[in-house]
Amino acid sequence: MIPALEVRGLTTRFATRAGPVTAVDGVSFSVAPGRILGLVGESGSGKSVTGFSVLGLIDAPGEIVAGHVLVEGEDMRTMSPEAQRRMRGRKVAMVFQDPMMTLNPVLRVGDQMAMAVRVHDRVSKAAAWDRARAALEIVGIPAPAERLRAYPHQLSGGMRQRVAIATALLHRPSVIIADEPTTALDVSIQGQILSEVRRLADETGTAIVWVTHDLAVVSSLADDICVMYAGRIVESGTAEEVIARPRHPYTWGLIQSVPGLHSPGEKLPQIPGSTPQLSRLPSGCAFRTRCPRATALCETVPPDLGEGARRVLCHHPLEAS
Amino acid sequence: MAGYLLQRLVQAVIVVFAMSVIVFVGVYAIGNPIDVLIDPGATAEIRENLIRQYGLDQPLWRQYLVFLGNVAQGDMGTSMVYNIPVVDLVFSRLPATLELVLVSVCIATLIGIPAGLYAGYRPDSVGAKAIMALSVLGFSVPTFWIGMLLIMGFAVQLGWLPSGGRGDEGSILGLRTSLATADGWSHVIMPAINLSLFKMGLLIRLTRAGMVEAMSTDYVRFARAQGLPDRQIVFRHVLRNISIPIVTVFGLELGSTLAFAVVTESVFNWPGVGKLIIDSILQLDRPVMVSYLVLVVVLFVLINLTVDLVYARLDPRVRLRGEDA
Repeated sequence: MIPALEVRGLTTRFATRAGPVTAVDGVSFSVAPGRILGLVGESGSGKSVTGFSVLGLIDAPGEIVAGHVLVEGEDMRTMSPEAQRRMRGRKVAMVFQDPMMTLNPVLRVGDQMAMAVRVHDRVSKAAAWDRARAALEIVGIPAPAERLRAYPHQLSGGMRQRVAIATALLHRPSVIIADEPTTALDVSIQGQILSEVRRLADETGTAIVWVTHDLAVVSSLADDICVMYAGRIVESGTAEEVIARPRHPYTWGLIQSVPGLHSPGEKLPQIPGSTPQLSRLPSGCAFRTRCPRATALCETVPPDLGEGARRVLCHHPLEAS
Repeated sequence: MAGYLLQRLVQAVIVVFAMSVIVFVGVYAIGNPIDVLIDPGATAEIRENLIRQYGLDQPLWRQYLVFLGNVAQGDMGTSMVYNIPVVDLVFSRLPATLELVLVSVCIATLIGIPAGLYAGYRPDSVGAKAIMALSVLGFSVPTFWIGMLLIMGFAVQLGWLPSGGRGDEGSILGLRTSLATADGWSHVIMPAINLSLFKMGLLIRLTRAGMVEAMSTDYVRFARAQGLPDRQIVFRHVLRNISIPIVTVFGLELGSTLAFAVVTESVFNWPGVGKLIIDSILQLDRPVMVSYLVLVVVLFVLINLTVDLVYARLDPRVRLRGEDA
């Protein structure tokens, strides 16, 4: 089966005063239809930039310098800008972090969604509104016809995020990049959205790349996990394997610092230090300055260990027990 | 809605009152209009008669009360210089100013907003930098100086356009206006451009700033992620958002241009209300000053009201707050 999305060696660089900074460094992953991939990392790890790079939405001073983005086997990177634009929204869609900001405050929800319909399909305004209403129904919004006539500020945050997801679903895309879509929401709303998303992926066959810093969310939602650190994917595998048997010390550290795993009152373990600045990355393994297992060997580029979809980029991985 | 309008009306009346008091006291402090009006060789008797005729022998507070009483009967007074009712005088000059302001505002908008949109859309392009440089000139170089340069260039050197004055009147839909004739346009175009430069600079900068800000917002990125072409994003998503501050400034500018097109009208000898007010200040023609300033206040109130209503049309958040109240 052709993956819904396959990313190979994607590299995005930003020109800064301190010289070029590589925010996404040779990132590769693939998602099959109906699967959910969790792209996990701390802020500044390049996970959001990866999402935008997939859509080709990197503005100057940023530039995608290498790699391939295959959507249903078609390489977005070799297409003309106009052809890329026609892929966006139709084949590959995106949902953003802050639902308060993603909708235009001065346009009705229905007008915004109808615009998104009509940009790819030549249908009448009425037909576009009908499709928008149907999309709202799919994401579980009650009284969708009324919501269409509302302005964004009249809807709650959770409702707006559902509208954004419905908008992303309008053209039944092969893949949706969801950039921390539940981070800004209440925990109860977050749970509802997560289960809706899981259901949508199963029912519509849309593949989802769920970008997040929240390992707890991903472990319950995703089929597969990629862990990003300083622009690179340092570990990947099925969600079960990565959570149960992490092999990269960074992944292990992340899992240890999830509060739910510990008994009350116990001190939470933390990863020492903070994410390095991309302009001043340590040579070799970027994690070595914070890593308890680091040795002199880590100053050289770590090898890609593992096989198939289960990979880890490390000189001293934890045992694959 | 009705309550809101009523509130605005009461505010306007209070402002007009305060303004008329200030003008009365101010003009009284400047000097005695009789000294300006009368032939220095006139006899003391003529002088006394004239003073009594205008009520200038009365204490200031009584002069003011008489004025208020007259206004209540719809009489704004008679010009001391032209000896005709000031209302007629002001309204005979108003069309000229309206023409000038209308043309200049159109020029400023039709050039300023597209130029600002472009400069904000491609902020690093050479074109955008040129536009921004010109916009700085537009509102930092004095109006009168540019006006004189225009006259030097197009009227004196090239002889393409008349150096000043208003052209022949024609009629459009029953309105008498110089915009109905070619001669009228040849007269109005230069002062209108002169008057539009400041506003154009302001609109360019305002539009550009809004555009730059809007292009990095999440709703624009979301629209791009949906595959919307930039043209549609700019005209359907962004323009509507940035028009809110633009309308506000546009309204204020429209008001101040109507009221104070003084410099341009003087430079181009344009027979509008700005020129009238300058003349009447020089001649201490108090009735004209007072009624003109009342007109200005009324204009500002009307414009601000319109801006508020447009604002509510453009921004749904404002609309609903108003309806809840």
